[in-house]
Amino acid sequence: MLESRIPAGPLADKWDNHKFSIDLVNPANKRKFEIIVVGTGLAGASAAATLGELGYKVKAFTFHDSPRRAHSISAQGGINAAKNYPNDGDSIFRLFYDTIKGGDYRSREANVYRLAQVSNEIIDQCAAQGVPFAREYGGQLANRSFGGAQVSRTFYARGQTGQQLLLGAYQALARQISLGKVEMHTRTEMLDVVVHEGKAVGIVTRNLLTGAIESHSAHAVVLATGGYGNVYYLSTNAMNSNVTAAWRAHRRGAFFANPCFTQIHPTCIPSSDEFQSKLTLMSESLRNDGRIWVPVKAGDDRPPGQIPEAERDYYLERKYPAFGNLVPRDVASRNAKIQIDREKGVGPLKNGVYLDFADAIGRLGRDTIAERYGNLFDIYHRITDENPYEVPMRIYPAVHYTMGGLWVDYNLMTNVPGLYALGEANFSDHGANRLGASALMQGLADGYFVLPYTIGDYLAESLGDPPLPIDNPAFVETRAEVENRIAHLMGINGSRTVDYFHRELGKIMWDQCGMARNQSGLEKALSEIPALKAEFYADVRVPGRADGLNQSLEKAGRVADFFELGELMCRDALHRSESAGGHFREESQTPEGEALRKDDEFSYVSAWEYSESDAILHKEELEFENVQLTQRSYK
Amino acid sequence: MGMLRGAIVAGDNVTQIRPKAPSDESTAVSFLLSFYRSQVGRKWIMALSGVAIVGFVFFHMLGNLHLYEPAGPDGVARIDEYAEGLRAIGEPIIPRSGLLWVARIGLLAAFLVHIHAGYSLWWKSRKTRPVRYDADRTWVTASFASRNMVITGTIVLLFIIYHLAHLTWGTVHDDFIPGEVRHNVITGLDNPIVAGWYIVANLALGLHVLHGIWSMFQSLGSTSPRLAAIRTGLATGITALIVLGNLSFPLLVLTGVVS
Amino acid sequence: MRVNLRVWRQAGPDAPGGFETYQAEEVSEEMSFLEMLDMVNEELVVSGGLPITFDHDCREGICGSCGLMINGQAHGPQLGTATCQLHMRTFSDGDTIVIEPWRSSGFPVIQDLAVNRSAFDQIIEAGGFISVATGSAPDANLTLVPKVAADAAMDAAACIGCGACVAACPNGAAQLFTGAKITHLNLLPQGQAERWKRTEQMVDVMDEFFGSCSNMGECTTACPKGIPLEVIAELNRDYVKAQFINRKLTAQD
Repeated sequence: MLESRIPAGPLADKWDNHKFSIDLVNPANKRKFEIIVVGTGLAGASAAATLGELGYKVKAFTFHDSPRRAHSISAQGGINAAKNYPNDGDSIFRLFYDTIKGGDYRSREANVYRLAQVSNEIIDQCAAQGVPFAREYGGQLANRSFGGAQVSRTFYARGQTGQQLLLGAYQALARQISLGKVEMHTRTEMLDVVVHEGKAVGIVTRNLLTGAIESHSAHAVVLATGGYGNVYYLSTNAMNSNVTAAWRAHRRGAFFANPCFTQIHPTCIPSSDEFQSKLTLMSESLRNDGRIWVPVKAGDDRPPGQIPEAERDYYLERKYPAFGNLVPRDVASRNAKIQIDREKGVGPLKNGVYLDFADAIGRLGRDTIAERYGNLFDIYHRITDENPYEVPMRIYPAVHYTMGGLWVDYNLMTNVPGLYALGEANFSDHGANRLGASALMQGLADGYFVLPYTIGDYLAESLGDPPLPIDNPAFVETRAEVENRIAHLMGINGSRTVDYFHRELGKIMWDQCGMARNQSGLEKALSEIPALKAEFYADVRVPGRADGLNQSLEKAGRVADFFELGELMCRDALHRSESAGGHFREESQTPEGEALRKDDEFSYVSAWEYSESDAILHKEELEFENVQLTQRSYK
Repeated sequence: MGMLRGAIVAGDNVTQIRPKAPSDESTAVSFLLSFYRSQVGRKWIMALSGVAIVGFVFFHMLGNLHLYEPAGPDGVARIDEYAEGLRAIGEPIIPRSGLLWVARIGLLAAFLVHIHAGYSLWWKSRKTRPVRYDADRTWVTASFASRNMVITGTIVLLFIIYHLAHLTWGTVHDDFIPGEVRHNVITGLDNPIVAGWYIVANLALGLHVLHGIWSMFQSLGSTSPRLAAIRTGLATGITALIVLGNLSFPLLVLTGVVS
Repeated sequence: MRVNLRVWRQAGPDAPGGFETYQAEEVSEEMSFLEMLDMVNEELVVSGGLPITFDHDCREGICGSCGLMINGQAHGPQLGTATCQLHMRTFSDGDTIVIEPWRSSGFPVIQDLAVNRSAFDQIIEAGGFISVATGSAPDANLTLVPKVAADAAMDAAACIGCGACVAACPNGAAQLFTGAKITHLNLLPQGQAERWKRTEQMVDVMDEFFGSCSNMGECTTACPKGIPLEVIAELNRDYVKAQFINRKLTAQD
């Protein structure tokens, strides 16, 4: 049933061979095909722009007021590419290898290799678009090492790389809009996929300004709708990031792969009160000079300056002498949790650990530290009102990225023909853990360089067929279901807000399916979530009307889908009784307490099929022909 | 404005919600007119005419300093000679007052275009904020001078008309003797109300010129860091000279220093 | 702490609007301004009212969605900050805070504090891009970009498109936004081929929606990214040059 369509042949030739062997659509015929692209972040905007350039008729959709607002814009660090400009030994194979290993061997070799291959074209494309990448004095592109990589392969535009890459894609999209090749629908949220005779034929949307439910028909539907980290309520995701498009596709037959693989970023600012709406990420680079510690004594209330050196526990340096404070994200996050669980947390809510720059300031001087991290220190100061030059920062891990997503084949098509998923919305390239500066790379690879080629293979079959008329029963029925769902939410008229339920769901997910997971906790979550969901449908209050702008209604629909996703995540986490990357099962650890993979049992992608009762698991076995599987060690 | 924009072909069931720009279908017009129709072009022309006007105002002030020169042996006030000299430039090749009229017409054109550009841009900008803010604005960068250009400009305009009627045509002057500039100035400014009006108007002129000069660099597209470094000083300096010079006349007449 | 809010409420684009007064109790100093509004909204919903609509998304000052006029200042009293990064500790117990939407005919009000900023998208669509089809780019290091040019382009490119410049400008002008994109692209070697066409077309579209700049500088103060006023000079200069160069290019067609 799961056909991954990985081309035969040597790893390095697969993509080229594949491009040659798949069907093409003749340039004159491209305008006869209509393609819907949902989401206009890096993946969606780059795909819509490129498809428009190729001559397809594209309709793009975003719930934002402009394509420029997608959450890709928040990415700070950079974008990887195997350019090897610094001549430090990088290569396509090394980028491929690092990504596979970093993903803890839970991703497909062929996809990851292709990602490394097209990474170079992305940089060329973006530079030509005018993305103001950092430059050396000679005018060449600058590179830096990022996230513990052994080579300098990260391109960046100050701390705003995601913003600049997104604006590049947005501008390419704007050009196609001005040429009439792309019809842009802003403030329009996709609420369902229409499937007819097993194929995706269109979508049903809600115009967020007028509340109008509308049908859109096309030959293919591309979802580039991002990740689902907001299931945890508190995350570094934007407030409106949600799973609805992907989840609705899942309910219409698309498999959801590896939903439990979530990345927790260790250096975020801890929440300050119950009304905290979102967590702010501080760049990982801070760990290059900051030392992480907690008081030795549990419940120590003294201010950090009054705790003598002997009563501080620099636990990462103690446990991992080789890597110290620079251990990978998942290890750093998990260890922070262990300290806080032992009641050694610091700050007013006892929910952080110190990241202390006193040594670095003493050694390098305040000016050097200001030059390196001044901007981050300012952000921290602004949010917490504490000056990190004088008082240690407080940090705590937060949900940051979701590696899981809709299952796709090598062509980025889900198992529903005609339905594609790109970027963070699919599961494809990061395995169980994503490396720093790789999310931007994957989003743009999918949108600029993979989908525009592979989609022709599917479209070529239906040359001459017009898109399904929107008065076809498939559209009418789906639309009626959407309308009923909205009417149902509006009609409950209970006593609690949507946010209340979202927060409660987030607590369950964070406690039981967060940084460390175990069987009893996951089982508990699997009983609590349905109960909370039932309470939601009995007692939620969605004020206002459905026939106009109603932000509460938007949130209600998204939270309703988060309940179902949360359940699936717990189910996936429960079944995968190994530890891998961002997924740590307490039952599966080495005697030293480190993550333990079980390659003979779990070397597969779990792809879940939706079912009214229990989701059905399908397995795509992962075959490794080019890399040797090893256990990570940072001692 | 002839660019292709958002050929949005919405289906029947699609509600498009983009605001449409008010249509401004201009047929083929001459280059200057189309340039003047654009806001940036209009600002540019405003800046250039402003330069001409500031030049005039500055030299007008300098010329008027002849008021303070002692009369010659013939007993004719030097400022009267100076005024006569302006009328006589180029005689007999050019008819009497000929050059003066050329300058006057040029100046009038600069004033008209400056006034039209100023009011029309102000009016257009006003229309783009049909609903005003309710809270009092807290200004951080926008100076008093910059925010009140239309008011100071209007004061200056009214003053210019008065000033012409007062000291050029003599229609609002009780004791006007054509050609006798010194007499007309001193008897005219002896009245505290008139002198007060001169003072107020010149302060308004100062504010207007202060922001005008600074703003001119920006409107003309100067991105030179060297000019940027000196433009505040330049604007302040020229303004100070003009205002001090011009204020001296009513103040010194009023206090009897000049009589 | 406790604050009194005077908030602009407007049911729809064509509905009449007016101010409503709310009291926010037990506001923590640690809260962001938008979290304070979240709290007010939760209480409104529970008590049967309609929550206040406002645009927001990333809440880390980069997406440009949020934007409120707070006590007569775009994005509030803390300079260089988007509304989402403003914290309640900036205010004092008992303060009255007036919250209004951006006011500009180019940004019609949609509901309450949310406005329609698609005029900005139309300005970009008019030419705020470099035309390079996917796959046609040469190696990225083939075109050298002097570091100073790249840095200056980045300074301008940092614009988040929030609209605070228009909101703060007494003239409702969008020169800072438009100038930022023109400066970003016109400074780079990659942007030269379309430089003059881009400038003329973007400025013409800007003219249709927004007021006229009179160089007061309030925009750059309100800008969360501190886009410098020089981008406006850049716009003015290139626009005037474009008038001549575009005519010449057209004549050669």
